[in-house]
Amino acid sequence: MKPAPFEYHAPSSIEEVLDLKHQYGDDAKFLAGGQSLVPAMNFRIVQPSVLIDLNRVSELSFIKEDKNVIRVGSMARERHLEFDKAIQKHTPLLHEAVPFIAHPQIRNRGTIGGSIVNADPAAELPVLMLALNARLKAKNKNAERWIDAKDFFAGMFTTALEPDEVLVEIELPFAKKNTGWSFMEVAPRSGDYAMMGVATLITLDKNKKCKSAKLVYLNAGDGPVEAVEAEKLLEGEVLNDTLIESAALHTSEKEINPFGNIHASIDFQRHLANSLTKKTLKQALQRAEENF
Amino acid sequence: MSQKLSVTVTVNGTEYTKEVEPRMLLSDFLRHELGLTGTHVGCEHGVCGACTIMFDGESARSCLTFAVQADGHEITTVEGLAPDKDNLHPLQQAFWEAHGLQCGYCTPGILMSMIPFLKQNPNPTEDEIRHALSGNLCRCTGYQHIVDAVKLAAEKMK
Repeated sequence: MKPAPFEYHAPSSIEEVLDLKHQYGDDAKFLAGGQSLVPAMNFRIVQPSVLIDLNRVSELSFIKEDKNVIRVGSMARERHLEFDKAIQKHTPLLHEAVPFIAHPQIRNRGTIGGSIVNADPAAELPVLMLALNARLKAKNKNAERWIDAKDFFAGMFTTALEPDEVLVEIELPFAKKNTGWSFMEVAPRSGDYAMMGVATLITLDKNKKCKSAKLVYLNAGDGPVEAVEAEKLLEGEVLNDTLIESAALHTSEKEINPFGNIHASIDFQRHLANSLTKKTLKQALQRAEENF
Repeated sequence: MSQKLSVTVTVNGTEYTKEVEPRMLLSDFLRHELGLTGTHVGCEHGVCGACTIMFDGESARSCLTFAVQADGHEITTVEGLAPDKDNLHPLQQAFWEAHGLQCGYCTPGILMSMIPFLKQNPNPTEDEIRHALSGNLCRCTGYQHIVDAVKLAAEKMK
C-alpha cells in the first residue's frame, strides 16, 4: 500500500499556507497530524494532487489561557491537550475525553484541528467541540471568520469550511459555574473506534435544578449528534433517576440515528447510548453537586 | 510526477541526506533507503503498531508519516536501543529473559512504544502496562509474557 504521487509543499507561515490554498483550492489537501489522512492515502481512497503540510507552521501550535476562554491553535497535538493544565482546570470535559482518542502513538502526532476538520462521526473531538460550544476561526487570503461548532459540522466528513479556507484557531469557553461533566465511550478494545460514546454536561442553578444540559453523541449519525429534545426534558427540573431514565430512553430511541457496523448492530448501539446516557448524567450531576 | 526533495534526518544519532519522492513513507525510507530493517511494516494504516519509531523522542507510527516530514528531525529506531553490539538495552534484555516475544515481528514496535512509556511512568501497574500496549498488536503471545517483560524492564531500569 503506497500513496499515489502528489506535489508537496511545506510552508512555514499562515500567509504562505493561505496563498497556496488560494492557488490550488479543492485540489490541495492539508496535512495536519496525518493520522486519518495518511491511512486513507495509503489505501488510495484519497488521492490529493497537492499536499500542503501544516507541520512547519509553528504559529498554529499553541494552547493559551485568555479571558474566560482557552485558545488552541489548530495544529496543537492531542497529546498536548491531554497534559495541559489550563485545559484540565477550565475544560475538564475535554481533559477527561482526550485519552480516549486512539493510542498515545497516534495522539503524539494527531492534532485538534485535523480531527475537527476531518469531521468523522466516530471521532471524539467534533463531539467535544459541540458539547463545549467551541468557536472555530477560519481564514482565507483576504478575511477571517468565526464559526460556532453547531454550524461547523455539515454531515459525514463535511464541514462549513470553504475550499480556500484553513482552520486556524479553536476557542473553548471555560466551564460554567456549578457544572458537572462526564465523557464515556465503549470500544471493542482500548484505543479502537468506539461503538458509541457521549459527552455530557450538567449546569445547576442556585436551587440545584438543571439550568442547562448537553448530551452529544459519537458514532450516532452522520456527524456529532446533539440530543436537543432530551436536553429540554432535563432543563428546569430536579434531576432524579426517573427523569434521567426517560431522557436516556428518549435520546437512545428517538434522537440518535446510528448506522450499525461489524462490531455493533443498530440495536446494540442504541442500548449502549441508553446505558451511557444514564451513567454520564449521574456522574455529571454528582460532579456538579460536589463543585456546588 | 516525479518531484524529488532532499531530506536530512538524524536517525539513531547519525545524520543522513537523501533525495526522495514526497509520497515515500518514513517506514519505507528507514527500511529501503537507510537499510534499517528493524522497523517492521504490518498493516500500513496505523493500526498494528509494528512500525512504531520515536519521532523527536515521542512514539509515532512511521507508516503514517512521510519521510519528507522528518527533514530536520530526530528519529530513533530499534537499532538505536542497544549501547553496543554485545549488550542489549535493559528493555530488550527483559524481553529476552521474560520470553516477551515469539515470532518477533511486533517486538520492535512494542519496544519503541515502551521506551517513552517507561520514561513517563517508571513504576507502572499491570493495568497501565496493558493500556500502554493497546496500540501494538501481537498475534503470537497472548500478551502475558510481554506484560511480564515490561514489568521486569521497569525493575531493571530503576
